[in-house]
Amino acid sequence: MKSRDLSELALRNLREAILRNSLTTLGVAVGVASLVAMLSLGVGLQTLASDRLTKSGLFDAVFVTSRRDFRGPGGDGPPRKSSPPEKSNPPEKFKPLDEDARQQFAALPNVVDVYPQIRFLTDVRYAGNSYSTNVLGVPESSRATSAFDGITGKYFSSPTAEEAILQADFAKELSPQPATLVGKELVLRYAERRAAFPEEISKENDIDKQLDALMSGGISIVSREKKLRIAGIIESDPSAGIGGFGGGRVFLPLRVAEQLHAAQANDVQDFVRGGGSGKPTYAALTIRAKSPKEVLPIEDAIKKLGFNAFSLLDASKTLRQVFIVFDMFLGLFASLALTVASLGIVNTLLMAILERRREIGVLKALGATDRDVRSLFFAEAGAMGLLGGVFGVALGWMIGQALTWGTTIYLRRQDLPGVKISHVPWWLALSAIAFAVVVSLVAGLYPAGRAARLDPVEALRYE
Amino acid sequence: MVVTPAMPSTQTLIRAENVSRQYRLGDTVIHAVSNLSLEICSGEFLALLGSSGSGKSTLLNLLAGLDRPTSGAIHVQGQDLAALDSQELARYRRDTVGMVFQSFNLLPRMTLEENVELPLRLAEVDRAERSQRVTQALEHVHLAARRRHRPSELSGGEQQRGALARALVNRPTILFADEPTGNLDTATGEQILLLLREIQETLGMTIIMVTHERPLAERFANRIAVLSDGRLVDQFATQTGALA
Repeated sequence: MKSRDLSELALRNLREAILRNSLTTLGVAVGVASLVAMLSLGVGLQTLASDRLTKSGLFDAVFVTSRRDFRGPGGDGPPRKSSPPEKSNPPEKFKPLDEDARQQFAALPNVVDVYPQIRFLTDVRYAGNSYSTNVLGVPESSRATSAFDGITGKYFSSPTAEEAILQADFAKELSPQPATLVGKELVLRYAERRAAFPEEISKENDIDKQLDALMSGGISIVSREKKLRIAGIIESDPSAGIGGFGGGRVFLPLRVAEQLHAAQANDVQDFVRGGGSGKPTYAALTIRAKSPKEVLPIEDAIKKLGFNAFSLLDASKTLRQVFIVFDMFLGLFASLALTVASLGIVNTLLMAILERRREIGVLKALGATDRDVRSLFFAEAGAMGLLGGVFGVALGWMIGQALTWGTTIYLRRQDLPGVKISHVPWWLALSAIAFAVVVSLVAGLYPAGRAARLDPVEALRYE
Repeated sequence: MVVTPAMPSTQTLIRAENVSRQYRLGDTVIHAVSNLSLEICSGEFLALLGSSGSGKSTLLNLLAGLDRPTSGAIHVQGQDLAALDSQELARYRRDTVGMVFQSFNLLPRMTLEENVELPLRLAEVDRAERSQRVTQALEHVHLAARRRHRPSELSGGEQQRGALARALVNRPTILFADEPTGNLDTATGEQILLLLREIQETLGMTIIMVTHERPLAERFANRIAVLSDGRLVDQFATQTGALA
């Protein structure tokens, strides 16, 4: 029989015993619904967690340092930029983490942002008092992340705004009512590191001063002050979200922080190890990838360029594993419901064989092969599975929506933003339907085989 | 009522050789058909006559390919039914055989035309051709007007005519009828037998009918084979259609 005829006959047979078949199909639907609801919860929570993690910026960041730091003291001096790359011993080649390197990284595919970690110790003056604290430069790309969610006041008005965001604990030190600080001004007192580039040195008319500048390794340090407006106060420590480790307490737009040329810890290292090339280098650079997927290729590319790179992707892998186990667990329980439903299919089809013995006999007398009869019962089982699967997915989705709705109401009462805890992606819907069909077909195996083996003479004699 | 004598050919269509069929019922073995040999010619109307338990229905089932003999051979158009596997037997039933039963056996959940269409579905005939052949078959048994009725809405005679249409729709070579008038009153039964004769004559079909009503068999069949206890005890040509 052709499959179209088979499905027509199967559907017609299902319609005949409509109540019994509907109940059986409903059983499948409930099984599938519980499967879908459970897994949608698993998927939803996973999506929620990984969204949060992605937004946190930990998993799309690659941290780069110079290899030099791992070579120990007394290594070869850095080759001059003009010196040709020596192919004979590339691993030995020292690469400074300087502006050129930064440009190189920025040109890599799927790189969103490359920024240095700018952190320095300063004095902050506010209302006549002086406080010692850490200042951290915040890259513009953190605007899009959730790192500054829940800020009192506002995020920096522009990437070059002379504004600061205070960490809440620090704000409390400045004022008993931290919220009133927003919009006020504070003064940063810091040490400026002056890069004395060769051009600048050569501009000096006095030969002695030129010599001085060269002898001192090309840097000088000057005390400076900077007025900043307090844009906002942040409760949590957002520094994790911008790829830096160790909390700053005063946050500045990175571009502003860079322009300060504040002396940093590695300046002295630079000076000692680099023999005073005079070019500014970075202690570390953070590279933002477009998505966590791109992190590994970028990491590899950077290692090939001769730098140290690492990311936190491994941690996210572990998280994914935890969720896979979690999903499997949920799926296992939900599959029990579907197993019970499949027993219902076996029962219904066996009943149908008893009822339709004579019909099977007639079909065989008219020339139906064993295979035709088996296929017909199989098609009926499959149709129940398919219908049950489709209804089940719809039902499961509704259960998930109800759970999300309920949770959101609960969270709103606690003054928390609602979350979407249930998520039914298309692959879950499709595989749940496919699973229902497969389970139903397996359930139909025995009844269909029995129907096919029926002796037509016996079946026709049956009243 | 005058019945035109049909003139069947002398070419052998079915040859049963030493056919036996035994059933095991608990500890006892029932010899439904034992060591029976029979030849049926192409275009013949043969009546298998006998009391109940004589083995006539078992023989019909064997000849129709619904059952297989325990021993012996049944040659139909050169192939031995006893040697066919179940799929080949199903093919034989589908393509060579048409069957009508005492209890009509129309599927109650289908309309008349769907019942008639069933063998065409099984034979995977094109949809376009199906409706045409269904109409043709129903017209043949004068039931075209009732095609959308369910079997329960039809009289016994109409149901049997519908079953006949279903048996003919695949254009079989042999029509088997198992007590086709058993559930019908005399007048309706005669109508069915007249229709069978008409089919035999117009389509040249071979008809094998099981009955226990001797007068009917004598009036409509060309030849009668009498069975008793699974054996062929007598066979003779009737006046209506003696073989030439």
